[in-house]
Amino acid sequence: MTDINTYEGAPEAEFRDFVALLKPRVMSLVVFTAFVGLWVAPVDVHPFIAFCSVLFIALGGGASGALNMWYDADIDAVMRRTQGRPIPAGRIDGNAALSLGLILAGFAVMMLGLAANWFAAGFLAFTIFFYAVVYTIWLKRWTPQNIVIGGAAGAFPPMIGWACATGGISIESLLMFALIFFWTPPHFWALALFMKSDYHEAQVPMLTVTHGRPATRRHIFAYTLVLAPFAIWLGLTSVGGPIYLAASVVLNALFIHGGWQILRRSEDAALADGYAVERRVFKLSLYYLFLHFVALLAQNLWGTW
Amino acid sequence: MPLNAEHEIHRRRRSRNVGLAAVLACFVALVFGLTVVKVQQGDMMEAFDHQPRVSVLPPEQPEAAR
Repeated sequence: MTDINTYEGAPEAEFRDFVALLKPRVMSLVVFTAFVGLWVAPVDVHPFIAFCSVLFIALGGGASGALNMWYDADIDAVMRRTQGRPIPAGRIDGNAALSLGLILAGFAVMMLGLAANWFAAGFLAFTIFFYAVVYTIWLKRWTPQNIVIGGAAGAFPPMIGWACATGGISIESLLMFALIFFWTPPHFWALALFMKSDYHEAQVPMLTVTHGRPATRRHIFAYTLVLAPFAIWLGLTSVGGPIYLAASVVLNALFIHGGWQILRRSEDAALADGYAVERRVFKLSLYYLFLHFVALLAQNLWGTW
Repeated sequence: MPLNAEHEIHRRRRSRNVGLAAVLACFVALVFGLTVVKVQQGDMMEAFDHQPRVSVLPPEQPEAAR
């Protein structure tokens, strides 16, 4: 029996553990925004090539997720939210995750180059580098502005999707980038306000830890104000139209209102109702981004300006 | 602890093997599909030596017709 018992201390990975390394939930955002970027671009792409392009962009996103989990295994082991991930749970060896991330990254870039074009492939390579090296290795543990700059990595997918179709960059794709880029800080800081102990224990320099919670509330409100003009400006470009513009105005008004409520609250009031407003604004931020991109799709189907 | 012919560890290994097989099969299908689409779109490159395919290039005009 001894040989069987020795195995029980170190559970082997299942296939789904390797899938979990690719952060499927983050991948779903990448897939959706890259798809919209590709769909609204003014160049027609064969549906199968579009499908493959989005798939390879998603795989590139998954590769950076695996690299992130490899490097952040020590932080993940401390934070309650991430303790069950395959590496801290001991199901996958860190080196295996590193290999998977590197191989998948190279594979995704090469295949995107072959399927779409090499500009989009280079862009994908840069995005993976940005997330894995610039954000995860350099910024995350060093500056409270980590998610502001790291948010750029999450904002590139619609630009890559656009580049798959057009082979370049334009004002529309830059504004889609700006939409996600300026949305990321208020989204994550709202989360950090009510998940406070986790980042503190892991010693990740979140704004809530380094500059205090009132400063974080001011930052959230400020970013909702900066975000709004970019979101609405996108509605005035060639991919915009009345549907998008109406949706964007309503969503931005709601988001700014949410930011204002967060700004006006004291920490005591937030503690008293279990961070109800912060949780509500966090949820709103998810709908905010999703509905903006749905509106872009709807506008494209209905007909743009 | 009951003795089973199949230990938990075998189930985990099988899930990895079947998963990898499925991924490889999908990859083959994907490359085949991409090839078909690219050829249908009239891409003129031959994959093996990256040269334009002579058979799809427009015929050269004879000297007298110019």
